[in-house]
Formats: sequence, structure tokens, C-alpha cells
Amino acid sequence: MSDDEREPPYLYPDYVGTRLRAPAKPLVNLPEGFHDFPAPLFPRAIAELAHDLTRQHAGEPIGERIIVTGRVLDSDGRPLRNTVVEVWQANAAGRYLDQDDQHPAPVDPNFTGAGRCLTDDDGRYRFITIKPGAYPWKNHRNAWRPAHIHFSLFGSQFRSRLVTQMYFPGDPLMPRDPILQSIPDQVGRDRLVSQFDPAATMPEWALAYRWDIVLRGRAATPFEDER
Amino acid sequence: MSAPLTPSQTVGPFFGVGLPFEKGEQIAASGSASVIRVEGQVLDGNGEPVPDALLEIWQPDERGRYRKVADGEATGFGRRRTDAEGAFSFMTVKPGSTPAPDGRPQAPHLNVTVFARGLLRHLVTRMYFPDEQAANATDPVLNLVDAARRETLIAKSCGGVLHFDVRLQGERETVFFAI
Repeated sequence: MSDDEREPPYLYPDYVGTRLRAPAKPLVNLPEGFHDFPAPLFPRAIAELAHDLTRQHAGEPIGERIIVTGRVLDSDGRPLRNTVVEVWQANAAGRYLDQDDQHPAPVDPNFTGAGRCLTDDDGRYRFITIKPGAYPWKNHRNAWRPAHIHFSLFGSQFRSRLVTQMYFPGDPLMPRDPILQSIPDQVGRDRLVSQFDPAATMPEWALAYRWDIVLRGRAATPFEDER
Repeated sequence: MSAPLTPSQTVGPFFGVGLPFEKGEQIAASGSASVIRVEGQVLDGNGEPVPDALLEIWQPDERGRYRKVADGEATGFGRRRTDAEGAFSFMTVKPGSTPAPDGRPQAPHLNVTVFARGLLRHLVTRMYFPDEQAANATDPVLNLVDAARRETLIAKSCGGVLHFDVRLQGERETVFFAI
């Protein structure tokens, strides 16, 4: 199965939102190399504490404090250094700080739920946050999103751009979630599930989850290694 | 041996707390004499506005160079969410021509990326300029597109503003490119 076959389709009728938004005509393929130009440069400075979602307000947010860390790699396995990672998420009660979120769960005055960081020389990112709660949505009767953190990355090339979601191991809502299940095979779905990482925990302070991210590299691969 | 890619998921409806940034619609440095305004609407398969889409523009500078180092606020990258009417706007400059992989010149264009609830993967399209008829006629990408659909990729000039709608589905559906 190719990487492209592991991506979700545009039209996935069980996810009702795709029905009127998925293109009906096939996407146009460009010859190799047309999308091999540098990724966008994020035009703003990243604040020093932007990676710590628990320290953006006067008080501490309510919920289970966690560390989320991992490496950002390209498809050749090379670490992507100094690349921007953006995250956003619901609070511990499953409520986003967004005017459009009408779920009647409490807003946490000490939690915005958005963070940014740059990867280090090993391609590593690290966020400190609160474990997000599940929340209901109106896709079908009694639909609930599994707990997740949204991620946005640029990578090295224009074609590396990725917006996705990270899930938590063992969440019983995952098999019932059409957004995650839109990925056609279990191997692909498993790539979005973080792992509990005892080594990254901080005793008496926070549990930790590890999640590595692999982005598309250049389409036109160099030939040196193939002789 | 290549590592398996991480699959995409939708940006969802609640990215507003995380992704937009202040003055994200100002792609060119303000005060530049040649600043142009690009505006449009994102529409769904029923022709209804999409009020929760996020657009990103990535473009080279006026000499056709993609910035490789961020020096100040204007890098050629812009990000803006649609409003309740599905509308968006950007302030930018017309980019220069960039070479195709085979060295042929491409007509000036903006790379436009669309994210939204209901899009399990993002969409990539291009906005070309209406006053570049000669360059557009020989552009290697426009020439790969069915002639009848090319007009979906070319902005319309309306009173000094460039108008570019993104139709996700249906009649006059915008041409999107596979990544």
C-alpha cells in the first residue's frame, strides 16, 4: 500500500462534513518536481513559552498535566530541524476556547489551548499541556470525538505541509470516530496514535506521550544512492 | 527505505484558537507601492459560503524568488480564515515568474492552500493573474488543465481588486492539484 493510499479520501460520507466540501472532480496531477520548492517560512517569532500551554495565564489550568514530545522526520528518516510545529486543542472538559464551540462544558480561564514551538537539532518538539477531553459533535446520533491534539507542520518543501490530529492510546472512542476511521487501513490509523512514554514523564509532575511525525520530502529523489 | 508518512486529518472547525495570527492577510510589507488586494469567497457544493475555511498563500517575491530566510514580517506567506460570508482577502504584491522543473518559465501565480472542516486533506490550487494573458497561454501547469476549467484558476480584475473564488465542489469547481 502506497503512502498516498494510506491518506484519507476527500469524500468519506460517514463524515457528513465531507459531502458538500470534497471536490467531485479528480485532482490534476503535475509532473514530478512542480511542488519541489521550499516550504513557507512562518513569518512570526515563536515566544519562548509558546510550547507550554499550562503557563499562558495567571493560574494553572485544570486537568491532567502531560508532556507531548516526539521527532519530526522527512520520508528519508532525516530530522527536520528548526521547523515550526503548531498545536491546538480542547481543554480538559472537552471545550475549545472558540466562539463557535457550543458544547455546554466549562471554559477554563487558565487555558487557551494553543501552542507553537520549533524543533531542535534532532527534529524534536516538546509541548507541556493538559490532556484534552472528549467532546460531542453532531455528525451522527451520540457522536463523540476521541481526545486529540491538532498539529500543523510545514516541513522542508511545499509538498511537506501537514495538518493532522494526534490521538491517545487505548481511547475507546477511536473505532467509532469517522474522522480517524476515514484513513483506510489500521497501519495508517495507528500512525496517529501516540504512545505512553515512561522515559519522558516527570516524576511527581506529569505523564508523557511520544508521537513521531513523518512529512513528505522532495518528490524528485537524488539518484546517488541507487547505483 | 523510506519512512511511512503520517496521514492527514481535517483542520476541524475550531482552529481559530491556534492557527490565525495577527495581520496574517498582509503578505507584502505594508507601504509597498505595488500592493494589490486579492479577495474572494470559499463556496461548497451547494454554492453556500464556507465560513470556517483557512487559506494560506505562499508566493515568491517580485523577482520570482521564494524567501529562504525570514527577515521581518513579510516572507511571502499569508494565512487568513474566512468570515461568516465565506469571504477572505489578502494584501500582497504580484510575484515574478518562477521556472518549472524543466526550466520553462511559469506565469506569475500564488500558491493557495485550503483547509476546512470536512476536508480530510488540504487542497492546493493556484491563482493566476488576468493581465498576464501571454504568460498564462504558455504556462506549463495551465496547459495541463482542461481548457474549459482554466478560468477557475485566473483571478478577475474588478475595480483594481483581484477577485478569486474557491469552489470546493460542483459546477465551476476550482481545479485542485494533487500533492
